[in-house]
Amino acid sequence: MAKIPVQFTLNGAEKAEFIDGGTTLLNALRDKIGDTSPKGGCHQGTCGACSVIIDGELRLSCLTLAETCNGAAITTTSGLSQDGVLHPLQRAFLDAFATQCGFCTPGMIMAAKVLLDHTPDPSRDDVVEALSGNVCRCTGYEPIIQAVLTAARSNSQNAA
Amino acid sequence: MELRKSYFADQRKDDLHEIGQPRPRSDSPGHVTGKTAYFADRNFPAMLHLKMVRSPHHHARIRSIDISEAEMHPGVVKILTAKDVPHNVYTILILIQIGPEDETVLADGKVRWKGEAVVAVLAETERAAHEAAAKVKVDYEVLPAVFDMEEALKPGAPVVNEYHGRNYYLYDSGECRKVRFGDVEAGFAGADHVLEQTYQSSPIEHAPTETTGCIVAPEGNDRFTCYTNTQAMFFTLDNASIILQMPGNRLHFVGGTVGGGFGGKVDVIVEPIAILGAKLTGRPVSFIYSREEEMQISSPRAAEKVVIKDGVMKDGRIVARKVTGYTDAGAYSRHSPYGAQKGAGHYPGPYTIPNVWIDTYCVYTNRTPSSAMRGFGVTIGDFALEVQMDKLARLIGMDPLEFRFINAYRDGDMKAHRQPTEGAALIECMQEASRAANWPVAEKFMAMSSYAKGA
Repeated sequence: MAKIPVQFTLNGAEKAEFIDGGTTLLNALRDKIGDTSPKGGCHQGTCGACSVIIDGELRLSCLTLAETCNGAAITTTSGLSQDGVLHPLQRAFLDAFATQCGFCTPGMIMAAKVLLDHTPDPSRDDVVEALSGNVCRCTGYEPIIQAVLTAARSNSQNAA
Repeated sequence: MELRKSYFADQRKDDLHEIGQPRPRSDSPGHVTGKTAYFADRNFPAMLHLKMVRSPHHHARIRSIDISEAEMHPGVVKILTAKDVPHNVYTILILIQIGPEDETVLADGKVRWKGEAVVAVLAETERAAHEAAAKVKVDYEVLPAVFDMEEALKPGAPVVNEYHGRNYYLYDSGECRKVRFGDVEAGFAGADHVLEQTYQSSPIEHAPTETTGCIVAPEGNDRFTCYTNTQAMFFTLDNASIILQMPGNRLHFVGGTVGGGFGGKVDVIVEPIAILGAKLTGRPVSFIYSREEEMQISSPRAAEKVVIKDGVMKDGRIVARKVTGYTDAGAYSRHSPYGAQKGAGHYPGPYTIPNVWIDTYCVYTNRTPSSAMRGFGVTIGDFALEVQMDKLARLIGMDPLEFRFINAYRDGDMKAHRQPTEGAALIECMQEASRAANWPVAEKFMAMSSYAKGA
């Protein structure tokens, strides 16, 4: 099968791969590029564990074909901390006990980041709505919601 | 968080300085940075993908299996059937002498539930494995199936599992686990009221976000490393050793990080066949359930039926309790004989009742085999018991919480299965619940104690 070249930036770094037609971005990131922070929970766009940010928008990488991402800027949870310092969302998830099994966590953080990028001072309802596409089967939603609200407050304090 | 030490102040002299203090989880930094290594985060060159051909029938005889067309499919490397599995008939709890071996790794001559594994296809890509699996031809003769526990126990019902020869698990105590304490019929005869109710539950799927699976890498020296999300590492290793007839020192299991389990990952299902595939091909093998398989194929919590008959006095004392519990194991035992047995010990509940009779049956039907899930064997029973307690309280016109105080077990009371009660704290929990829920009870109940004599 003819391979398709694909080129994009991942967490700021240039990446280029040859992939099979039909390869999802999730599989390209995990199996080809080696970024396993997006998780495959359902491969049908229902659990949100594979969430990544493409050109500023929240996307399900299991339903996105890698070949459609040429030239895109892709962000994943593995790229959020800088020089060993956790991103405020990562810090807030840690402090708020917002992880249990951890499988949904990278996707949750992606969804929360897109929310805060667009809405720096969200209401609780905004947070609930923003996380509504992400399933936490451990059902630890309340600490997750609190973590996002805490991160938003710490961001606005830093900005002030 | 408030830690109230006053309840057992004269019993506990230990220093509880850690309890009540938040401590960071050791795994959280890995979770929030995406660095935690789940089994599927391993990738090996030349890794094969395993897809299972599954039974479309609830109960059928296999007349023939034709893999010739599937073998020719581009990308297919190996196709496994029952004859390839060294010790194909197994049961998980054989490790603790709970037999007989009653389940096939790959179906041999018969399928007993819809979704049962029949043929394993190993291919270069997931897609090739899927396509080839669709080309495996299995000729089935469909047999009558039974889905209801009471139907399964009737004479003349189709026999689900020939390794048992009957549709229930035969305990050393007979057709069910039994608890006999006092004289239950005399208790009913002397009771002011008798209430019999039936409670039923459906199977419940754990639905972990990470599906069941493993990745096996041959190490080149006839040893195999199995990266797995099993919740039962040593059970899985030992059962894999039995199924593969391979000494355990050739199997290296790596696990510990589970993307949600809830009891759904304690069966030994994916690892042995993936290791076999790696052994026979010399290549790494990935066997990961699809979401559909996770929901439909992995063991659920058993469906249960619980019949509770209680004799109660107007003053609130329960004087007799008779329970018949049925656990739907599905087609194979897995952990269900243990679950049903646990129920037998548990059914009196945390109450002291002088006359108790309990029978719990582990029943085979042509449903998906059930197994462990969060307190299996007792969770559904607790639902039934506590609903029954509310109904009994209503029957005699008593506050449901006060009714529980009257019957609560206390240290020194003999339980129906003849273990003396030790370390009971039900009364103290209910006192705290009474305050927290603003559900007041009479002062004499607030003065009770689980362990202080005379209180």
